[in-house]
Amino acid sequence: MNCQQAEPLINPYADGELDAARIAELEHHIRSCSACALAWRNLQGLRKAVKQDALFFKAPAELRRNVRIELRGQFEPQPRQKWWSWLNVLTTGAAVVCLALLVSDIMTRPSAQQQLAQEIVSSHVRSLMANHAMDVASSDQHTVKPWFDGKVDFAPPVKDLAAREFPLVGGRLDYLGGRAVAALVFQRHKHVINLFIWPDKQANSNPGALPSIKGYNLVHWSHGGMSFWAVSDLNQRELDEFSQIYASN
Amino acid sequence: MKSFEQTVLPHLDAAYNLARWLANNDHDAQDVAQEACLRAFKFFANFRGDNARAWLLTIVRNTFYTWLRRNRPSEMLLASEDDALTIEDVSVNAEVLNRQLSDAEAVRRAIAELPVEFREIVILREMEGFSYKEIAELADVPIGTVMSRLARARKQLQKSLAGEFKSGGQS
Repeated sequence: MNCQQAEPLINPYADGELDAARIAELEHHIRSCSACALAWRNLQGLRKAVKQDALFFKAPAELRRNVRIELRGQFEPQPRQKWWSWLNVLTTGAAVVCLALLVSDIMTRPSAQQQLAQEIVSSHVRSLMANHAMDVASSDQHTVKPWFDGKVDFAPPVKDLAAREFPLVGGRLDYLGGRAVAALVFQRHKHVINLFIWPDKQANSNPGALPSIKGYNLVHWSHGGMSFWAVSDLNQRELDEFSQIYASN
Repeated sequence: MKSFEQTVLPHLDAAYNLARWLANNDHDAQDVAQEACLRAFKFFANFRGDNARAWLLTIVRNTFYTWLRRNRPSEMLLASEDDALTIEDVSVNAEVLNRQLSDAEAVRRAIAELPVEFREIVILREMEGFSYKEIAELADVPIGTVMSRLARARKQLQKSLAGEFKSGGQS
């Protein structure tokens, strides 16, 4: 590969959009070409600078308030009569729906895993909404791991993946499926990843994605008698990457 | 209502951030973000996808361009005129670039100066972490366009950051 061939590949390489064969060729070229190595370093520096937290604009409280007021207003202008007639339809409808649900629930009860996935997503959302993602805020795995001692009856494997751009930011005690679980909090750019861990007798399994729920992606795996669930609004590809790294090292 | 609040509103920060970068000021960004949330609410019954953030940002983007056509038509790129950002090949002084990259304000200025169609690709890729395919769907352009705009935007950023220093703050 020469510089002319390498140049257009550097951006897709940085973005994780290059196939394995060309990654190998490009990496080989970069090792032997100082001009392309410099272009690669410059691009990495630029990407880091553009991604920095200081450049992300958080929604002002004023906007948050206005949106809520506006949404509430969407219900109020409805004339009273219409509202009542809707209520009539609703009560009649509700009776029918209840009956139908009773029948269908028996046949299509969501699997235990689906229910658990729902619960995990709710827990993830709650941790973000209540601004209570962490009980112990630390990027040091040697601080986070002992913190769980005495709070849960197992020792969750805590790893910091900062080197792979998934820095550990803290941990939290959570409650899922009727038991206390460890929740580790990681970050990628602006996205929070919650990793839930608890003991489980399932056989080891590799990370596998589950259907996303309300826009949140989920990956589950089992290892060493522990069950792992990663959940985030991060895109599926990067969440898979996170899970693969966590499960493998 | 509740379901909309749980599904869409957690992404309000992302919505505002995109609107803020596109509109380049807080006042217009709030207008755009608020209007977009209202539209999202109205169309929520039709939302079938699984990525609420991408869905909301698509609406923010569309709302913004409607707003832009009405208020600042001169900022629109000429139709299919992607050459609006022509970058001659410049060699970037790595030392100068690195110094400038650590200055958040300089980086912010450089991004703000990009043409809007390039700016949005940079925000969607770097701050929201969307893949090329996701950006192509969100911005309704072919993947090839996403790639070329992103590459040119990055080159322009490096150039204006490393160049800004030489010419003493103006670019």
